[in-house]
Amino acid sequence: MAAILPPDPMIQTRDTMTNESPQDTPLTIDGTTYNSRLLVGTGKYASWEQARDAIEASGSQMVTMAVRRTNLGQNPDEPSLLDIVSPEKYTLLPNTAGCYSAKDAVRTCKLARELLDGHNLVKLEVLGDEKTLYPDVTETLKAAEQLIDDGFRVMVYTNDDPLIALKLERMGCIAVMPLGAPIGSGLGIQNRYNIRTIVENASVPILVDAGVGTASDASLAMELGCDGVLMNTAIAEAKDPVRMAGAMRKAIEAGRDAYIAGRMPKRAYASASSPLDGTFF
Amino acid sequence: MNIILNGEKTEVGETASIQTLIERLELTGRRIAVEVNEEIVPRSEHDSRQLAPGDQVEIVHAIGGG
Repeated sequence: MAAILPPDPMIQTRDTMTNESPQDTPLTIDGTTYNSRLLVGTGKYASWEQARDAIEASGSQMVTMAVRRTNLGQNPDEPSLLDIVSPEKYTLLPNTAGCYSAKDAVRTCKLARELLDGHNLVKLEVLGDEKTLYPDVTETLKAAEQLIDDGFRVMVYTNDDPLIALKLERMGCIAVMPLGAPIGSGLGIQNRYNIRTIVENASVPILVDAGVGTASDASLAMELGCDGVLMNTAIAEAKDPVRMAGAMRKAIEAGRDAYIAGRMPKRAYASASSPLDGTFF
Repeated sequence: MNIILNGEKTEVGETASIQTLIERLELTGRRIAVEVNEEIVPRSEHDSRQLAPGDQVEIVHAIGGG
């Protein structure tokens, strides 16, 4: 009998006594159901056309945007982000990128709500350090509280600390988005056991936000049980962003299917795939 | 009178509403949001809200971001 390795906390194996194929349910955020579990950013693209084509290829239905000062005196015919990424076609997720205090983040969210005619879904991120762009958790908690009190629906970027993730959920954040690695680093998921624990504890969607570098990183996030992945640089800084967007779409779907299907257990030794009965030699 | 518009000292004449400022900046019809002294001025109040000397006005729009 082949030795079965001790259970790996990383791996969720299916109950082999039931042969029913588990059903997946689509991602639901703030009452809206999404067929795609990939959320993409709109920054760092070489052109609007490239951004539009990459977003299209990604299959994403929710895209992030930033709020910045209008360039006064700019060409009035120049297209704006909202011409490229229509709020009729996509759910827009304004972010608070660049904010280093709860005050700035709350201000940014209020401007975004005004900009988008009362749309109150936001991605909260409060950064603490320019080198790592790590979240400032105490400011994030403070901002989340104020925003929730003011009627915002908050999807929150945080570190991969399971206790903080749970705290943010209990405060009323509608999705928690732990980093896989620092923003824009492309290092992949560095602390998979923490991501796994965050998913196990959660009753709101958990999305890995930041750190994905290539398709296998996205698949891993989904195999860990995450509800989705948010990425920007991995697509925008690929040599061919449109092709990478398609790769990410497939990686997210493959990872999710593998998670739902339930992987086989790992064994220390081989297990023959062809029957040993009926051999003629 | 002078106001601070997107961080720059700007002369806007003797009287001006948010709406007239938007028109002068050729931003009419564009998707923007306006804040005066760190408080949102809703679109419905652009016409009626008069600027005062030294007001800090921010006019923002959506750009690409992650």
